[in-house]
Amino acid sequence: MTAAVSVRGLAKDYGDVKAVKGVEFDVSPGETFGFLGPNGAGKTTTIGMLCTLVRPTAGGATVAGYDVVRQREDVRRSIGLVFQDPTLDNYLTAEQNLRFHAELYGVPRAVVRTRLSAVLELVGLADKRKTEVRTFSGGMKRRLEIARGLLHAPVVLFLDEPTIGLDPQTRRSIWEYIRSLKDSEGTTIFMTTHYMDEAEYCERIGIIDKGQIVAMGTPEELKASVGKDRVQILTDGSARAIAELKQHFGIEAAVHEGNVTFSVAGGAEFVPKLFAKFSELGIPVRSVNVSRPSLDDVFLSYTGTTIRDAEASGGNEWMRRMAGRGFR
Amino acid sequence: MSAETTVGTMARPEEAEPSARPAPPRATSLAGGPLHELRAAWVVVKRECIRFASDPLRVIVGVLQPILFLFVLGSGLGSLVNGHGEFGASLNLRTFLYPGAAAMSVLFTALFSAGSIVWDREFGFLREMLVAPVSRTSLVVGKCFGGALIASVQGVLMICIAGLAGVPYNPVLMITVLAELFLLALTLVSFGMVVAARIKQFQSFMAVTQMLVMPLFFLSGALYPLSGLPTWLKLLTRVDPLTYAVDPLRKAVFEHLHKVPRTVVNRLVPGVTWDGWHVPVGLELGVVAMMALLFITIAALEFRKVD
Repeated sequence: MTAAVSVRGLAKDYGDVKAVKGVEFDVSPGETFGFLGPNGAGKTTTIGMLCTLVRPTAGGATVAGYDVVRQREDVRRSIGLVFQDPTLDNYLTAEQNLRFHAELYGVPRAVVRTRLSAVLELVGLADKRKTEVRTFSGGMKRRLEIARGLLHAPVVLFLDEPTIGLDPQTRRSIWEYIRSLKDSEGTTIFMTTHYMDEAEYCERIGIIDKGQIVAMGTPEELKASVGKDRVQILTDGSARAIAELKQHFGIEAAVHEGNVTFSVAGGAEFVPKLFAKFSELGIPVRSVNVSRPSLDDVFLSYTGTTIRDAEASGGNEWMRRMAGRGFR
Repeated sequence: MSAETTVGTMARPEEAEPSARPAPPRATSLAGGPLHELRAAWVVVKRECIRFASDPLRVIVGVLQPILFLFVLGSGLGSLVNGHGEFGASLNLRTFLYPGAAAMSVLFTALFSAGSIVWDREFGFLREMLVAPVSRTSLVVGKCFGGALIASVQGVLMICIAGLAGVPYNPVLMITVLAELFLLALTLVSFGMVVAARIKQFQSFMAVTQMLVMPLFFLSGALYPLSGLPTWLKLLTRVDPLTYAVDPLRKAVFEHLHKVPRTVVNRLVPGVTWDGWHVPVGLELGVVAMMALLFITIAALEFRKVD
């Protein structure tokens, strides 16, 4: 089967600013793919090109098998879109908003009713059907937009920062809905986020920085590619433990917050070997903690900066606005 | 899984593992045929109506201004002219002003309705429409007809109060007035759409329309007969689209005023002339309709550029 999304050398310039510099990737049908990067990295511009809203400067892409430049109508019919900013009519009810969408997307009359109930059920808004949207909370509005994006049963659902501006609890519930829709609808999901913890929900992640993809893989693969795990042990003789680690395993360790801390490849496999050695040497170990590298570590190792620092630097904000321009 | 997703079930031969995901549902959308475009345009009309119905204040405000105009100005100035010249026992100034007031009632509602697209842009809803797999023309047509429809509701209210202005309740007259008001409203909404296409803020839109409404109205002959004007004013009235809607309205009203002497009618309703040639009602309405078509075309082209 052809890829749900296939991108080849896609690039977009805004004047002198190269927002996206020739990205390439594929998204398989049914996959949840996340575009991770700081604001201004080119995420929204890339989504814009895939949704036919922004015309690429170079390269091309297909979505659901349709070319995003030559078959715009077909692409639009095959995708669902949830933007960063709300696009609901606040003075219509939830149902009226959905019905409007169904007509615009030409959903067959016979299935509109069942489809409408199904998507409202999916996002837990079935009881709010007849309520005007202006009374909804931010999370409810976002859920309704997700439901609307699914109404016409798209091949790919694009979510641009689906949880931006929501509180942590609401963010988590949005993610539960996204996961459940994946199970029930089997829709391919293409999303962007700059929240590291949310990228964990994706089956595959592309890290984008300054308009380029710097790493791509499952969260596990990416973390493994960074290599070493972090091990913390609590012993009675920290100084001796550090010396023995150096002597027997060639590992540089240090004491952080009372724990002997060091990095090692395959941490979980290393710990039994360490225990065997330490009991032989008579060093008591009170507790042990092995942690995998976080996506923060991954991001740091591929871009040389943390996502927060990347966002703090001024130029990106400007680039984001430039990129946003083509969208208005 | 809901029943309709089976519509798009496809075989996935290479899927071997039992934890296979369900096949991605094919988009259930119809191919974008003319029927689809019609549905899209119609739902835009429907939305206009729903929004209008949920806001009764708009109806009242919209009809208040023409009523004020008709009764305060009509009665006030009436004391000056009634009993003089053409205005005697058989004809009141209010009756003369009625067609203009009716046109005014749709003028405001129609332009306001077109302006709602600027709201839609500000609140993001325009985007929902623009990304849909339908042509911009369908959206613009829907918006124009929706706006014209609700403006015509205003017209119906004006027809209801016709008796107070001395205009008879004649079914043929009522239908004629309503049809002409609808046509006028369509032209005005599409004109408003052309203006709205380039404006990003609602305040600016209101300012621009305010600037346009008064000249359009004062030059339309809503307040005075179209004959015996100075040349410059005469030329300006002939280029005002509103003129070609107010004149047929007035002709229709005066045709049903059987008590008014023919000479008076001829003096007060001389009709529009182009270089001395009397433009027939059919052509006047044709001019209005052509303008609607022209503005809709321009608006559709303008919105094609918006992304």
